[in-house]
Amino acid sequence: MRSWWWKILAGILICYTVIGGLLLPVPRLDILNETIRNLYFHVPMWFTMIFLFAGAFIYSIKYLSSGDLQDDIYAVQLTNTGIFFSILGMLTGMEWAQYTWGEAWSNDPKQLGTALCMLIYFAYSILRNGIKDDEKKAKISAVYNIFAFAMMIPLIFILPRMVDSLHPGNGGNPAFKKYDLDSNMRIVFYPAVIGWVLIGSWIASLKIRAGLVSFNRENEILFSFEKDKK
Amino acid sequence: MKAKLTFATIALLLITTTVLHAQTEMADTMRSNGKIYVVVAVLATIFAGIFAYLVYLDRKITKAEKK
Repeated sequence: MRSWWWKILAGILICYTVIGGLLLPVPRLDILNETIRNLYFHVPMWFTMIFLFAGAFIYSIKYLSSGDLQDDIYAVQLTNTGIFFSILGMLTGMEWAQYTWGEAWSNDPKQLGTALCMLIYFAYSILRNGIKDDEKKAKISAVYNIFAFAMMIPLIFILPRMVDSLHPGNGGNPAFKKYDLDSNMRIVFYPAVIGWVLIGSWIASLKIRAGLVSFNRENEILFSFEKDKK
Repeated sequence: MKAKLTFATIALLLITTTVLHAQTEMADTMRSNGKIYVVVAVLATIFAGIFAYLVYLDRKITKAEKK
């Protein structure tokens, strides 16, 4: 059994987020009303996605320098888990937008930027599945992953901030931190982010380990075949 | 004792916020009759289920790794 402490910590933090996020006091704002509590659940999805994509980016670079297919497994599974969290973030964001901005999709710059980013990462999966040779697949998708991460930064962090957006902290809108994210919300929001990042890493680590197990098995089989030939 | 104290603090905070800013509509009635705790319990159960499932998968993979 690997070290369990951070997994248990993740569980405790999320439980605290669910309980504290629904029961602790929040600022009273018109239009947002109680939906301000979505901040504890919607935003951590994006933090987790960025964290996982950053991990995939690092492992893609690592693969290119080492050529070890195990690094490729890390990069792929981190990306897949990141895509999963981006879908959760997008769906929760649209649900929230439906009731506060009036419509689920309002072509908000941040929505568009994120949608583009998601499409780029979807294309990553499609690209991978289109290549049969393992080495080639790993190399091309590693290069693609690096570019995808480099595209994500301006799409999510820079472009939406340069134009008017409905999202707080962009364009003319004030950031939550100015007065909305008061100290009452911080004590739930930060643990929520840490908790969800840990949960995301856990899911990714499970997929990676499963991938490594089947990778090693295939290698054993190949190895035994080669032995038989000799 | 500690749980009671936390509960009292939360209740006190809720009451003070209710009294101070009654103008914006919030789910105060939901809290006043206590039913919000049901929702919290449901969400906590769902998360506990997901957590348990992750633990199960983790153990299964650990077993597969040892083979």
